[in-house]
Amino acid sequence: MSDTTDTGPVLAADGTPLKRSLARALRRQKLRALMLIAPLLLFVLLTFILPIVDMLFRSVENQIVSETLPKTVVELRDWDASSGELPGEAVFAALAADMKVAVEEKTHTRLGSRLNYEKTGMSSLFRKSGRKVKRWDLVEDAPFKEKFIDIDKDWGDIEVWRTIQTYSPKLTNGYFLNSVDMQKGVDGAEARPENQQIYITLFGRTLFMSLMITGSCILLAYPVAWILANLPSRTANMLMILVLLPFWTSLLVRTSAWKVMLQQQGVINDVLVWLGLVADDSRLVMINNQFGTIVAMTHILLPFMILPMYSVMQTIAPTYLRAAKSLGATNWTAFWRVYFPQSVPGIGAGSILVFILAIGYYITPEIVGGTKGVFISNRIAYHISSSLNWGLAAALGTILLAVVLILYWAYDKIVGIDNVKLG
Amino acid sequence: MADSASNDAFVEFERVQKSYDGETLVVKDLNLKMPKGEFLTMLGPSGSGKTTCLMMLAGFETATHGDIRLDGVSINNIPPHKRGIGMVFQNYALFPHMTIAENLSFPLEVRKMGKSEREAKIKRALDMVEMGDFGGRRPSQLSGGQQQRVALARALVFEPELVLMDEPLGALDKQLREKMQFEITHLAHSLGITTVYVTHDQTEALTMSDRVAVFDDGRIQQLAPPDQLYEAPINSFVAQFIGENNTLEGTVKEIKNGLALVQLDDGGLIDCSPVHESVKAGARTRVSIRPERVEYNKDRLQEGAHTLKAEVLEFIYMGDIFRTRLRVAGNDEFIIKTRNAPDQVRLKPGETIEIGWLPEDCRALDA
Repeated sequence: MSDTTDTGPVLAADGTPLKRSLARALRRQKLRALMLIAPLLLFVLLTFILPIVDMLFRSVENQIVSETLPKTVVELRDWDASSGELPGEAVFAALAADMKVAVEEKTHTRLGSRLNYEKTGMSSLFRKSGRKVKRWDLVEDAPFKEKFIDIDKDWGDIEVWRTIQTYSPKLTNGYFLNSVDMQKGVDGAEARPENQQIYITLFGRTLFMSLMITGSCILLAYPVAWILANLPSRTANMLMILVLLPFWTSLLVRTSAWKVMLQQQGVINDVLVWLGLVADDSRLVMINNQFGTIVAMTHILLPFMILPMYSVMQTIAPTYLRAAKSLGATNWTAFWRVYFPQSVPGIGAGSILVFILAIGYYITPEIVGGTKGVFISNRIAYHISSSLNWGLAAALGTILLAVVLILYWAYDKIVGIDNVKLG
Repeated sequence: MADSASNDAFVEFERVQKSYDGETLVVKDLNLKMPKGEFLTMLGPSGSGKTTCLMMLAGFETATHGDIRLDGVSINNIPPHKRGIGMVFQNYALFPHMTIAENLSFPLEVRKMGKSEREAKIKRALDMVEMGDFGGRRPSQLSGGQQQRVALARALVFEPELVLMDEPLGALDKQLREKMQFEITHLAHSLGITTVYVTHDQTEALTMSDRVAVFDDGRIQQLAPPDQLYEAPINSFVAQFIGENNTLEGTVKEIKNGLALVQLDDGGLIDCSPVHESVKAGARTRVSIRPERVEYNKDRLQEGAHTLKAEVLEFIYMGDIFRTRLRVAGNDEFIIKTRNAPDQVRLKPGETIEIGWLPEDCRALDA
């Protein structure tokens, strides 16, 4: 750069700056390249980026309260829940007006189930009130405060009003608080009662078990990859098919096979009992717990560890070991100081792959995990398909995504991401 | 330490055989004695068993039969890391995840050497190969020639008495190779280390070695200093393999006064020195003459020497020498080389000349 500064910008033959001239020459090429990747780009954008953005948004989105009860929300803004008094007649009037509209549009039940996530009983409260409010006249039937409390005494409960007030903003951190076993209390965030805390434990368990699975994959895959890399390529290719064979079998079949193997009346227990190592009445519990999940998932994810390890080890020339030995290193020193450091990129790539797959795994823990071996993803699936609390599912998913990104970042800081090779 | 029984041999192969598959022998009955401080080259075509011999000496292959002794002690059952032999590999095998200094430190660390002693030795070794400023670099940041120097320094840093080199210059370009050939020999001689060098490049073997062992078919065909190897090959293989060579085939008519009279297949007669043991009256023989020893100036030939008629097929100007291809006794590939001197005749294609040579330059070998 220094040689261009003292003579000014380099000019092309026609006098235009060389940089601009070059950029123009490359523009067509770049455009063509962009056209080639456009279909993939579009596909990724539509099927990957947009859903993720949507999910991130859903985890904080909370428009339903202010959209269904617009007037109530405005009236409720000045009410102080800590005063211990119910909101005034104006609020109930606004509620009646909002409910009438909502009942006509049939949106009040949806609001009910939304608020039910935060306080049980809200769903039936709204459904019940909806039926009555439908027949009211907004002018003649006023005042409404007593009437609402007549329908259900819950309307006289300050907690109900506090919940509506707390969740009236368009954006909420409620789902996230819920995801970490907290809730919105009178004075901001507070811990949930202990019998309702599950997510922190679940996140912890997911991380712990994913690490266990990654660790056991490393231990099992390393020798296999080493053998594959050191065999003549014809034998290695044949053995490689055995490694890849599980991919040709349905995931469900493989997982169910583990059920057959591990259950109390299963193959392993039968053999142990037959050998006399385990008494018939104290058969080992190896399924529907963490052990079963770890065993089954290690088996299923093992190829993802072997493949990158193998492709990295293949590039390590056997002369390195010979050189180390000729320099006076014992077999172990030669392996540990010369071979192993060169195989670390393969371990890194395999671990990232297995860990990220494991942390979001769903089917296997669902089948063999029982209650003690399920992952956070099973809980997410539950909120997506059973409880229909998509906001909470989105928040849990977002946290999972953040955890993965943080771990990836930490890995980059500690090991260095350019130390990862897939081949 | 030297065992009196094995006289002055530092490295000794005794009746060594090696087979990989139990069916064919890669090395057949190898016998070799090397004195201390010698630079010996194992030269041969690929598959001749030379690298296998080196690997057996280093301990990476075990001999199927026979004894390999180092300084009088049999090393057949000593693992490679305890042999204390330095080795330079074909592709250098510098550890890519270590710096140059760490690479050199490795053999010293496994020998549990103290830090200050290590540093002094590393510095000395790097200075020796003129790489003193490169200690902090990674192997991938060095050029081929520099990696070669570092590999050499690493093989020498723990001061082994024997260094093995497996085609170490194979990956370098011609100019660098010639420079390194000189440096390696110079270093080996000044340090007084015994060196076994494997190559398939005969020029390299001739320029570097004290002695050359020519391998073919799992046997040493000839073990001799370079000049003897070139000027006095003892069989056809060595004559063909080392340098350029003209061969003529014929039958030995008689042996008289230490000279063999050979009748070529087209009837021509020539005088040769009988070299190979199979050269007897009536036996078939293959005669070898070096291109630069062929003479076509009658004045320079001996009185009464037999001459042959030759037709000039091609004249190639190569700067320092002229290379002329002739047809002699039905052989179209007969080459003569002449020095580009002011009075030198430049032969023209189509010319017919008479060629001859001194009987001692024409060697009758096995057929």
